[in-house]
Amino acid sequence: MKPRTLFEKVWDAHVVRPETEDAPAVLYVDLHLVHEVTSPQAFAMLREKGLRVRRPDRTLATMDHSTPTLRTNGRFEIADGEAASQLRALEKNCAEAGIELHALGTEGQGIVHVIGPEMGATHPGSTIVCGDSHTATHGAFGALAFGIGTSEVGHVLATQCLLQRKPKTLEVRVDGFLKPFVTAKDVILAVISRIGVGGGAGHVIEFTGSAIRSLSMEARMTVCNMAIEAGAKAGMIAPDGTTYDYLIGRTRAPKREAWEHSLRDWLRLPSDEGATYDESVTIDGSALEPMITFGTNPGMSIPIRGEVPDPERIEGEQARAGLAKALRYMGLRGGAKLLGHPIDAVFIGSCTNSRIEDLRAAASVLRGRKVAPGVRALVVPGSQQVKRAAEEEGLDRVFLESGAEWREPGCSMCIAMNGDMLFPGQIAVSTSNRNFEGRQGKGSRTLLASPLTAAAAAVAGRVADPRELGS
Amino acid sequence: MEKVRRIASRTVVLPERDIDTDQIIPARYLKTTGREGLGQGLFVDWRRDASGRPRPGFPLDDPRADGARILVAGSNFGCGSSREHAPWALLDAGFRAVVSSSIADIFRANAAKNGLVPVVVPADFHEAMLARPFAFATVDLESMTVELEDGKRSTFQLDRFARHCLMNGLDELGFLLETLPLTAAWEAACEH
Repeated sequence: MKPRTLFEKVWDAHVVRPETEDAPAVLYVDLHLVHEVTSPQAFAMLREKGLRVRRPDRTLATMDHSTPTLRTNGRFEIADGEAASQLRALEKNCAEAGIELHALGTEGQGIVHVIGPEMGATHPGSTIVCGDSHTATHGAFGALAFGIGTSEVGHVLATQCLLQRKPKTLEVRVDGFLKPFVTAKDVILAVISRIGVGGGAGHVIEFTGSAIRSLSMEARMTVCNMAIEAGAKAGMIAPDGTTYDYLIGRTRAPKREAWEHSLRDWLRLPSDEGATYDESVTIDGSALEPMITFGTNPGMSIPIRGEVPDPERIEGEQARAGLAKALRYMGLRGGAKLLGHPIDAVFIGSCTNSRIEDLRAAASVLRGRKVAPGVRALVVPGSQQVKRAAEEEGLDRVFLESGAEWREPGCSMCIAMNGDMLFPGQIAVSTSNRNFEGRQGKGSRTLLASPLTAAAAAVAGRVADPRELGS
Repeated sequence: MEKVRRIASRTVVLPERDIDTDQIIPARYLKTTGREGLGQGLFVDWRRDASGRPRPGFPLDDPRADGARILVAGSNFGCGSSREHAPWALLDAGFRAVVSSSIADIFRANAAKNGLVPVVVPADFHEAMLARPFAFATVDLESMTVELEDGKRSTFQLDRFARHCLMNGLDELGFLLETLPLTAAWEAACEH
């Protein structure tokens, strides 16, 4: 048999009907994750057509995007009537269909891409979809996981399948070993900077190399989470001992004989010797520095001590115009350093960086230090489970004593549709995934960075190099 | 779904590259449980200033954009979030085709499923279209060509299946429902 890549093995194992020139493949979906924002129209479509949710047992729902992160005297302050009705709609739809829902205020609630893995619902070699582009996160386990639109959410609810053309493959090899204070977030920002925000289009990325292998599961999730920011269909990392150690014993992980059986399958997943990719890119992980974005898409990043590129020195009229427009929006000057630039806020959270290791990293910087006067720092755990774990370790005290706010789980200020947002013109260092214009609130400006870099900025009140503070 | 064969209108040009779905429709418009009326959020933060007044010169609000059904945008259009609200907003505002040299994967899939034709043209033809805002253009799915008023023509790329569904007004779901017996057999074999 022809040597196959990890992606090809997972794809082949889920083809119900192969693709032809005239029609895409029918691809089976093992796990469908659902949240309140992209599902109501899909449930309505099923109702209109008189269809049922075919496999509620393969569907898992949570509330995260429009949920408030403030709880006063036990009560959540939902942003407005629309958000409230969206949450009610999900509750009703899940109850009717018999779908497991982790509703606001319940102990399993959290960001959809945080709770899937922590419950052990994300299995190597499986196919996972969700009406959310950051579904790529689950690829960290060697799953084929990608975001879909609401029509496709309806397709999966009704048939557990999707019509899909087979994507191409792109290997992103990160060799060497990361220096201290260089994290998974810095790796993926460097990757996107290298290949561009459209560089992965039509491809599934497999991240390989020693720097990737040395990452923890949570760090691997950070890397795969942002595969979509390079335009890729999905990001994947071959499962290994790190994966199995993370998964074993979790609620939805296979048990006893089923575990042994699954493990035998999973051990065959890594790309075969001699398997080829449509494209390959190699990055020297040992040379990477902490990264920060300066512009209005995640591809516009520089090493923390670097200079913002100068539009005058850029080839190509469109590229030059794009960069100039981004810098105008951000209020930054080409050729200037970002280090020392004053900031208004720091956001630590989102499906990219809200897991316990992210919070530990931020706390290691904030412990015994104060958030700079005039800076608002928001720490939002990814799930109720992460929140409990952080509180058991006393991280909540570290954040609160530093002057940061400690919130309830949710997407919060990454999507700014839930009450948490920046004011027009404000600039924040955020651990989230998108620095698009207005992403964190109308007129807001975002600098994406790792939890270490974000926490260092909170203390300095300016863009800061986390290596200068130490931990 | 309406059948789409030919779209002819003036074009609205947004030359910026990498226009993301947060620009097409900001997240605060995503709190709806329906899909109607989203045109009011279309490019709203580019169209209006902080006080809600129209920004002068924005192409969508130019009188020549009246009745335009074809949007021509810079490369990698529709990157970012998977929100189907983006094509819903474009359709609500009257658009039936988006032309670019590349269109982000999820947006392209979402657009086609709703009758908004994602038209990918070669780079040089794209440049020509970007340079001629409000020119009259015709997108023809039968011949798979885009033609400009001066007679300049180009073929475009569109998945054969998406084209078939668009031209016949078919919903992809129908194909998946027809496949259900096969899906059930597949499940039985895999889930034993």
